[in-house]
Amino acid sequence: MKYESQKVALYYFAAAMGLFGVQILVGLLAGTVYVLPNTMSELLPFNVIRMIHTNALIVWLLIGFFGAAYYLIPEEAETELHSPKLALIQLSLFVFGALAAVVGYVFRIHEGREFLEQPMWIKAAIVVVALMFLYNVTLTVLKGRRTVITNILLVGMWGIALFFLFSFYNPANLSLDKMYWWYVVHLWVEGVWELVLASILAFLMIKMTGVDREVVEKWLYAMVGLALFSGILGTGHHYYWIGTPGYWQWIGSLFSTLEVAPFFTMVVFAFMMVWKSGRRHPNKAAMLWSLGCAVFAFFGAGLWGFLHTLAPINYYTHGTQVTAAHGHLAFYGAYAMINLAIITYAMPYLRGRAPYNQTLNIWSFWLMSGGMAFMTFALTAAGIVQTHLQRVMGLGYMEVQEQIAMFYWLRLGGGVAVGIGVLVYLYAVFGPAREERPAAVAGNLQAAE
Amino acid sequence: MTERFTKAAARNIFYGGSLFFFATFVAMTALSHNYIVNTSTDKKGLTEAVARGKHVWEKNSCINCHTLLGEGAYFAPELGNVWLRYGGDKDPEGAVMALKGWMAAQPSGIEGRRQMPQFNLTEKEVEDLAAFLEWTSRINTQNWPPKLSG
Repeated sequence: MKYESQKVALYYFAAAMGLFGVQILVGLLAGTVYVLPNTMSELLPFNVIRMIHTNALIVWLLIGFFGAAYYLIPEEAETELHSPKLALIQLSLFVFGALAAVVGYVFRIHEGREFLEQPMWIKAAIVVVALMFLYNVTLTVLKGRRTVITNILLVGMWGIALFFLFSFYNPANLSLDKMYWWYVVHLWVEGVWELVLASILAFLMIKMTGVDREVVEKWLYAMVGLALFSGILGTGHHYYWIGTPGYWQWIGSLFSTLEVAPFFTMVVFAFMMVWKSGRRHPNKAAMLWSLGCAVFAFFGAGLWGFLHTLAPINYYTHGTQVTAAHGHLAFYGAYAMINLAIITYAMPYLRGRAPYNQTLNIWSFWLMSGGMAFMTFALTAAGIVQTHLQRVMGLGYMEVQEQIAMFYWLRLGGGVAVGIGVLVYLYAVFGPAREERPAAVAGNLQAAE
Repeated sequence: MTERFTKAAARNIFYGGSLFFFATFVAMTALSHNYIVNTSTDKKGLTEAVARGKHVWEKNSCINCHTLLGEGAYFAPELGNVWLRYGGDKDPEGAVMALKGWMAAQPSGIEGRRQMPQFNLTEKEVEDLAAFLEWTSRINTQNWPPKLSG
């Protein structure tokens, strides 16, 4: 850690990980309700459970992005943050809003569009939080060194704020509602979030491999270029069956197939950089999370997305467990893992230590990743059976669900492994630090650029 | 990544290309907006009752168990065509009656079966909800879903 103000990231990471815990706990409950449907069914019905599961995910990922930005921007811009105090006020406001939302959900206080259930005042608070963040980091970047990483990160973050504004538009016409709803949801996760992902990944590669910045920056442009060139019109793969014109089946199929390209490029990029450098960064766990992120994003967001993105296939699979399988692995691989990577990388600096608890952290990687992979396979199998029985044979929904009950048990098993992995990770990162390497390495930690 | 491919070129391609694709996307959205309002959905049929019904749908967060036109949670049946499953296209009054009966009977309390909460909807709210689902069932969805089962 070169700049005192980077320290605010520590609080962001802690808050993000707290909400990560909430998300996984509630996810385990949701998985349990699938196999034992009477579990708490009157106290906390499934719709409320799922609302908390998805909202906690989105909020912790965003808090993690904010934390990552506050950590890496001073180092990139080579200057202290404009206002560390504002960053902390921003965090308290955001965490307060998130907790208020969750408590409200339990008491059935919510709006009703998927992922955008936050009551109006919380949506407004999110905008205020975003503006505080953008003000803070933009001024920091403007007074310091500009790098491609900070530029792309800022474009991504401004995009997140801008597209969120569509959440305030809710027309009475359901088809219109859905079309603009995707301006938030798709243009976030298959658009500007990828900019944030790629820039954090590029930062980690510069720091850990020591490969020349010029090389990394060209790769970064290639990755984010491919992401937006494919991803923007790739929105069309959500416009097949919601009342939008038929030509979206062609545009959506073509461009969303190309959405695999940026993720493939990320895999090639990450492994090339590591291979080229020949340096061994002492934080092996952070390296594992970074490479794992590229690979799992490629599988979850790339391949599992492609699996059901072509219109003639999506006609049958749309809104089945195939979608659930893709959603879980994509969010984990692309966005959960990049957060876990930057946290694993940054925490030793934030705590003023050499990399610690590496073995535990690596264990948590395999537990979480193995669990998520298993869950994805289970849900994919469930989805294929469901598609055939319900969409080809025309059997009733509930009847089909009974046929695939076994897969939900397997999914819950995967979820338990993820839950244990999360506990191990939290302990490895925030628990007592056991340094496993000689102290002499500590002086050699800062990456050369 | 050769030397001739400069960083400035990469930057220009990224920003220029992104703007181009975004502009294209916005233009196509505008066309689709027009298509939705005038062609694929029933403009005249979008009554106050339908709008109120959509609000009932949202207020009770139905989307976090059910799908609607395939979007939502995958815990409970698709409802974009539930109006047709209830036979509402042939006997609208019967379908509304059936919906009222269904909503009143929840939760079933049957052991081992997924439970739908009791939402305590008023008679009028159920009628509005039915109007919303009826309107939704008539959206031109390119013949999705493939089967009546949703």
